[in-house]
Amino acid sequence: MPQEHATLLRATGIAKIFGSHRALDEVDFDLRAGEVHALLGENGAGKSTLIKILTGAYQPDAGQLEVDGQEVTFRDPQQAQAHGIGTVYQEVNLLPNRSVAENLFLGRQPTRWGLIRRREIEERARELLKTYGLDIDVRAELSTFSVAIQQIIAIARAVELSGKVLVLDEPTASLDRTEVDLLFKVVRELKAKGLGIIFITHFLDQVFELSDRVTILRNGRKITTQALAGLDATDVVRMMLGKDVAFDHHLTGIDAAARGAVRVEFSQMGRAGSVAPFSLTLHEGEVVGVAGLLGSGRTEVARLMFGVDGADGGTVMVDGKPVSIRNPAQAVAAGFGFCPEDRKADGIFGDLSVRENIIIALQAKLGWFRALSREDQIELAGRYADMLDIRAADHDMPIKLLSGGNQQKAILARWLAIDPTFLILDEPTRGIDVGAHAEIVRTINRLREEGLALFVISSELDEVVAYSNRVVVMRDRAMVAELAGADLEPDAIVRAIAGTGPAQAEARP
Amino acid sequence: MNRALRPLFATTAIFMLAYLMAVAQFPAMLSTRVVGNLLTDNAFLGIAAVGMTFVILSGGIDLSVGAVIGFTTVLIAVLIMWVGMHPLAAFAVALIVAAAFGAAMGAAIHYLRVPSFIVTLAGMFLARGAASVLSPDSIGIKHEFYSAVSKAYILLPGGGRLTTIAMLMLLVFAFGIVLAHRTRFGACVYAIGGSETSAALMGVPVARTTIGIYTLSSTLAGLAGVVFSLYTSAGYSLNALGMELDAIAAVVIGGTLLTGGYGLVAGTFIGVMLQGLVQTYIVFDGTLSSWWTKIVIGGLLFMFIVLQRLIFSTSARKRKTVGTP
Repeated sequence: MPQEHATLLRATGIAKIFGSHRALDEVDFDLRAGEVHALLGENGAGKSTLIKILTGAYQPDAGQLEVDGQEVTFRDPQQAQAHGIGTVYQEVNLLPNRSVAENLFLGRQPTRWGLIRRREIEERARELLKTYGLDIDVRAELSTFSVAIQQIIAIARAVELSGKVLVLDEPTASLDRTEVDLLFKVVRELKAKGLGIIFITHFLDQVFELSDRVTILRNGRKITTQALAGLDATDVVRMMLGKDVAFDHHLTGIDAAARGAVRVEFSQMGRAGSVAPFSLTLHEGEVVGVAGLLGSGRTEVARLMFGVDGADGGTVMVDGKPVSIRNPAQAVAAGFGFCPEDRKADGIFGDLSVRENIIIALQAKLGWFRALSREDQIELAGRYADMLDIRAADHDMPIKLLSGGNQQKAILARWLAIDPTFLILDEPTRGIDVGAHAEIVRTINRLREEGLALFVISSELDEVVAYSNRVVVMRDRAMVAELAGADLEPDAIVRAIAGTGPAQAEARP
Repeated sequence: MNRALRPLFATTAIFMLAYLMAVAQFPAMLSTRVVGNLLTDNAFLGIAAVGMTFVILSGGIDLSVGAVIGFTTVLIAVLIMWVGMHPLAAFAVALIVAAAFGAAMGAAIHYLRVPSFIVTLAGMFLARGAASVLSPDSIGIKHEFYSAVSKAYILLPGGGRLTTIAMLMLLVFAFGIVLAHRTRFGACVYAIGGSETSAALMGVPVARTTIGIYTLSSTLAGLAGVVFSLYTSAGYSLNALGMELDAIAAVVIGGTLLTGGYGLVAGTFIGVMLQGLVQTYIVFDGTLSSWWTKIVIGGLLFMFIVLQRLIFSTSARKRKTVGTP
């Protein structure tokens, strides 16, 4: 029983503030010897911030850490490692260009007269990996092995160096089922040896399969820490997505029938290893919401629709005519717009002005030789800034100085300027304060009323319900259900995501 | 076979083939005399290329090498002829100055997070400019030590001469091979070239290693300057103009990946020798313009970059899958 084991690591009252954003607020966490402790939460819940604090990559603004009952502070990951805390990331942080043996012993190679004793390293590496059930050529380059093997090698290195606490940050994200089994076997053995393991994943079934306890974070706060026994997937999903009290719409569901002609028709679009083939029809004046946990394939669908990733097959029809969408330029030509999830990296051009950010899609559509005059640019930017109420002191200032909400509206304006037929919004309200939140929702509603077809991905369930005619639910990289009318309410969505509710797999006409 | 070795085998095969073809045409090329000259004439390039190998292995580039060689030759000439120092003392001063220069560039690259291309470009102008300020004109060096060194050689069977500077180059290569493959410093260089982020997370002292790499490169460039000075008995600010590019070409032709992480110091040796061979062939032919060297090197370089692209993009996908035993 894990309860009998001592607490290895304890964090109390941890807070971390970035600028004006409280990434973590009074979070407590504890890890016992011989347990697998799952850490769950959506993007922005504070998961990765907490992990970075526990492993020394960040320093908390408040709160304290204890290892074996002794208060500690970590200045860097090396110090956390010295206290017995090792981390293995999803992206294997080893050296692909060096041998397995060298990866295991880098930084602590046995030497004689300053020369590395290669044979001894290889011998010891072989023995070490045998205890993990791996019998491989340790002289081979690391990159010649599968990600699962690389993960195990990374675990072996982390355990060798730290040996008390092992943090597994999304280790299974790119593994197939047999590889996951191999990895879990290793984790169970380490657990039996008395290590404390923190397991981060977005695969709920794996949480139930492997973990003893779970801590759920949401919006930087701890929701619960409890034993997994006695919980089911619906409870977990509900706690993860939750109900944001600060954000209250109470809008009634939108009449699914209030929509116009078919605008865009996707049929049998899919991409191997990314999204199972799906078909979806969007009408004039319709918002189709997308719900699903992180990693369920929701962003991948958006990328496929916009031609960022090439589809393996399937067809796209716009206004009844087939179009080819193999790249974003073709998507723009077909009248599609895409506001990506990571606004800072993929959306805005930070150093360009607000005006330039707004006109850029239109200019791209017009081509090199039909440059918009400065007067036209100013007029266009002004019109859309007024329409969407973009608050900027002046449209010539760099867009990176604007608040998240205003940046998001500027990206919306960018696509509205090309007079789109279809807009894809991926998490339009992420990282935006509550006031601007409601405004974005109002804007989406207004665009729908004006006859646009929209595809909106969101993990805020109340929000999705507030603006969608229909909601498609994604799980394990496939569209698993579609909800509309009376079924369209947060609880039903939670059940569909968790896979415990009646799944309406058939698309409605 | 380890894919890192494949470009090296290709280079070696091309070198052997080219040498055999040259010998078929000019049988006189198969002599220790030619081999001895090949080593002597390319000694300074070889020494500088060893340093460049470490820089490129770590994913960087050092454009200051030629300028450092030029500066060193002038500094040595000034110290010997104007100050009246003994050549050995002048060499020591020159090497210390070069090492400090490299350390400063390495520190700038690491702490200011400026790409090595930019920092060493600035270093190139600084060193070349400083050399011209010291003396814009060529300074001839007359010293008994210089004549003694030029007379010191091992006579090879067949009349070839293994000169002091050729032996120095071979020694530097031996040192480079041990340093790269058998020391913790070498492991750190490869680690940074593989992935700097991972290396840092794995506890590699990135700052110390980066500074070490550029210090090594500049010191070896300084040593190449010493050799150049011994070879030409003169110091001139425009010596070794553009030599860094020959060194980079030798490293890449020798099988080191330009983006870092893969390669062998021994490969660079073959790369240097291949360049020397082309030059020797042109001398033997007598009718070809010496610019043909550049054309051949350019062709080879391009071929190797394409070859590396093929090797490192296709086989990276082919992964062994190992199940539970």
